[in-house]
Amino acid sequence: MVLAPIVPAREEELRRLLASMNDGPGRVNANNALIPFAKFNNLHFARLLILDDKTTADARVYGLRRKPYPLYLAFLGDVDSGENDFLKDLAKAAFNGLRKLFSCCEGFSDDSNLLNWMKAHRKPSIANYVNWPGRTVRRIREEAALQEALERHLSKECSLWDISPREIHVKLAQFVNEEKTSGRLTLSDESPTPPGWWIRNLLHLVAMPLLVLLLSPLLVVIAPFYLIRLRMLERTDPELCPTVDQAYTEELSLGEDHYVTNQFSAMGSLKPGPVRLLTTIGVLSTVNYAARHIVRPGRLGRIRTIHFARWVFLDGTKRMIFCSNYDGSVESYMDDFINKTGFGLNAVFSNGIGYPTTNWLVMDGCGDERKYVEFLRRHTLPTQVWYKAYPGLTAIDLERNGRIRKGLEISSLSDQEATEWVALL
Amino acid sequence: MSEFDAADAQGLLRFGYKKMTKASYALLRVKHVAAAQAWLHSAPVTTAVEMNPPPTAALQVAFTAPGLLALGVRESVIAEFSHEFRGGMAQESRSRQLGDVDDNAPENWSWGGPAYGLHLVVMFFGEPEPYEAFVQTSKGPGWNDAFDTLACLYTSDFGGVEPFGFTDGVSQPEIDWEQQRKTPCTQLDYTNSASLGEFLLGYRNEYGKYTDRPLLDISPASAGLPPAEDAPGKKDLGRNGTYLVMRQLQQDVRMFWQFVGQQVGGDIAKAEKLAAAMVGRTRAGDPLEPIQEQPIAGIRVKPGEREQNRFTFDQDPTGSRCPFGAHVRRANPRNTDFPDRPGNVWRKLITMLGFGPKGFRDDLTSSVRFHRIVRRGREYGTQLTPEEALAPARGSDPERGLHFMCLNANIARQFEFLQNAWINSTKFSGLVDESDPLLGNRAPIPGCPVTNDFTIQKSGAVRRRFSGMPQFIKVRGGAYFFMPGIKALRYFGQVEESRVS
Repeated sequence: MVLAPIVPAREEELRRLLASMNDGPGRVNANNALIPFAKFNNLHFARLLILDDKTTADARVYGLRRKPYPLYLAFLGDVDSGENDFLKDLAKAAFNGLRKLFSCCEGFSDDSNLLNWMKAHRKPSIANYVNWPGRTVRRIREEAALQEALERHLSKECSLWDISPREIHVKLAQFVNEEKTSGRLTLSDESPTPPGWWIRNLLHLVAMPLLVLLLSPLLVVIAPFYLIRLRMLERTDPELCPTVDQAYTEELSLGEDHYVTNQFSAMGSLKPGPVRLLTTIGVLSTVNYAARHIVRPGRLGRIRTIHFARWVFLDGTKRMIFCSNYDGSVESYMDDFINKTGFGLNAVFSNGIGYPTTNWLVMDGCGDERKYVEFLRRHTLPTQVWYKAYPGLTAIDLERNGRIRKGLEISSLSDQEATEWVALL
Repeated sequence: MSEFDAADAQGLLRFGYKKMTKASYALLRVKHVAAAQAWLHSAPVTTAVEMNPPPTAALQVAFTAPGLLALGVRESVIAEFSHEFRGGMAQESRSRQLGDVDDNAPENWSWGGPAYGLHLVVMFFGEPEPYEAFVQTSKGPGWNDAFDTLACLYTSDFGGVEPFGFTDGVSQPEIDWEQQRKTPCTQLDYTNSASLGEFLLGYRNEYGKYTDRPLLDISPASAGLPPAEDAPGKKDLGRNGTYLVMRQLQQDVRMFWQFVGQQVGGDIAKAEKLAAAMVGRTRAGDPLEPIQEQPIAGIRVKPGEREQNRFTFDQDPTGSRCPFGAHVRRANPRNTDFPDRPGNVWRKLITMLGFGPKGFRDDLTSSVRFHRIVRRGREYGTQLTPEEALAPARGSDPERGLHFMCLNANIARQFEFLQNAWINSTKFSGLVDESDPLLGNRAPIPGCPVTNDFTIQKSGAVRRRFSGMPQFIKVRGGAYFFMPGIKALRYFGQVEESRVS
């Protein structure tokens, strides 16, 4: 994520520039003149948004007066390559457009070096979720083409309709091989993961448990005090879940439900004090660790509809941004969360000012659906520009296509496996 | 928690008035506020009280958000109703969610579209004999001073069969009037029983909470309203009220049967079989799944009635008996809070953390108990049998279809969710390129150019896919209404001054 404060006098101009990247509200022009997203073959999602938090005054419920924050421009991308490589490509392919956009930000002048400026304004996330680590844009597109080719073939070939699953599997594998030989289909091998990544990943895998282990004597001593304090805070922390202004919800929905996937951006202030800060860091580090090393690919708890998500601290640790890309409408997104992983939602977001009251961090909270929905909507930000490289595919589609391909690569399936494989088609 | 007060609720939710075979819905605009209020104040609205003998005619009233404003209800009060109700059905972003685009778009509606100016609907139900007289006496002398009639929607009685020829309204949730359901809860077995608060405002819903509605300070004007159960010292304007969703769905019966007939070479028996796969029930209303031995909470049949509802899709995880995309499977997937029904806390934790079942289609749909609606639709136009529909048309067909109506306490979570995430979704249950075989608008979505397939899954064989399905159902009008309790209705019928003070 690249983040920079906006020059107040240039806000209007920036908004116009951002709007010029769209065909209409919520519908990006993937080949727009400023950042031609479609040119990048390793970019999954991208978004540009103005961080205009309407809820900063909420800190007053804790007696905190905060000076008005500047508006920020945030640019987020989810890429296959390293962030540095992507920024380099970006600076090359969208040189003029990015200069135009960033010239509306503080500290960017005509002689700024674009790449260095972006690097200097990078903002690391505290937690990240990737639906399927290692699944590249290229692989997604190749597997989608495979699924479509099989679909067309099956519609024509009535001879395949009444044979056994294992025979179907063999025949379709033959078909795919022919398509590959003739160049109509490509299924590239995975490019090998760089050894550097493996080493870093291993270190990350070991580091957190090691840290927890080292700190455990301390944690055991602190735990009772922490829990008592947390429970006290939970009993007194005020809720701020008023009904959201109708015009604001309507503005938000203008940008939603144009595709099968939607963007979600939200921000808010953290509750003051070390207990809440430590809880936030602890919970998000756990989420980050679990997302990277523990969860099954394609699933975040029971949720199977999130492509990418990330949490970023802002203004030190005072405020936080959450951005995600999910399938379906915001109503189903919230519903899925409340009913399937309410505990996680509470643990992560109850440290934000105004969240519906929780009970031992993970209970209640979002179980008060009406308050939670208003809370979330109130903290949601309109996303000015949002790009998805494969607009018609949901995370489930990607998983299916991956399973189809995987099945093809196995030369002999058992009856059971073949039946399950055929059911994917 | 206080008991359900039948005398304060309108009767449609509880009774449906099936035996009153005649019905019409007057779409109205307030002409003179005082006259409209006078009519509302004394209108003989039928309540949910059980009567013996049952009434032979009924009157029901519901308002749009602009309608409440027109009656002098303060904006700050209206602002406490739900966002969907206030925004209305014809909003552009809502249209995208509901599939009201292209042919279905509100600009083309014959009623309820932008600038139509709908304020309220007055519904008349009656047995044939008393019906006409009942309409006249209900209207009374003040009617024409009070309202401009924008349109009157007439209904027909097809004898429990919707226009395509399928038995309709077989499955309805059973409302827990006695408030016996313990919520919040974890539901590991499919239940057809739903909390009262899912359908009436002011009562606990499936989350054990209360849905959005205006709560007023005690004043002379609000004195007649029931107290708010969850807010001491407040009056509940929503209590015993519900949200009414109305949509006029024009059904092209001839196109439906001709398409189905073409797919199977014109054979009527085969056509009925394919149509049953699309609906998920036979024309007689029997499910494609076997009736199960174990009872299901909230499902019971009256003596002499056929058992058509005691089933789930649990034993059909591959969709080989009832296709995943079949209308009834989309509209009510009959699932539970946990797909694998974990027997103990440990198993539950494993599932919650994402280490439960790992099949491709596991856990794709949300728990159904939060997304139920009570349907009260009626047909309109003349009936056309499948046999007639399969024959070539003689001249142009008259319009026929369904005046779809449903009642729910949270339009976004119930009706809209169902319509958007299940009925309209091209990705429902892991499918591709489909939408509801009956209701789908077949409109392309960016990145998904095809939405008009229908798939019949086969166990151990390649699925059969039918493509190029035309749009059988066109939305001709629609609106969201608030159907108040009787006391709230009388409140709306008060003169403005007393409320402002």
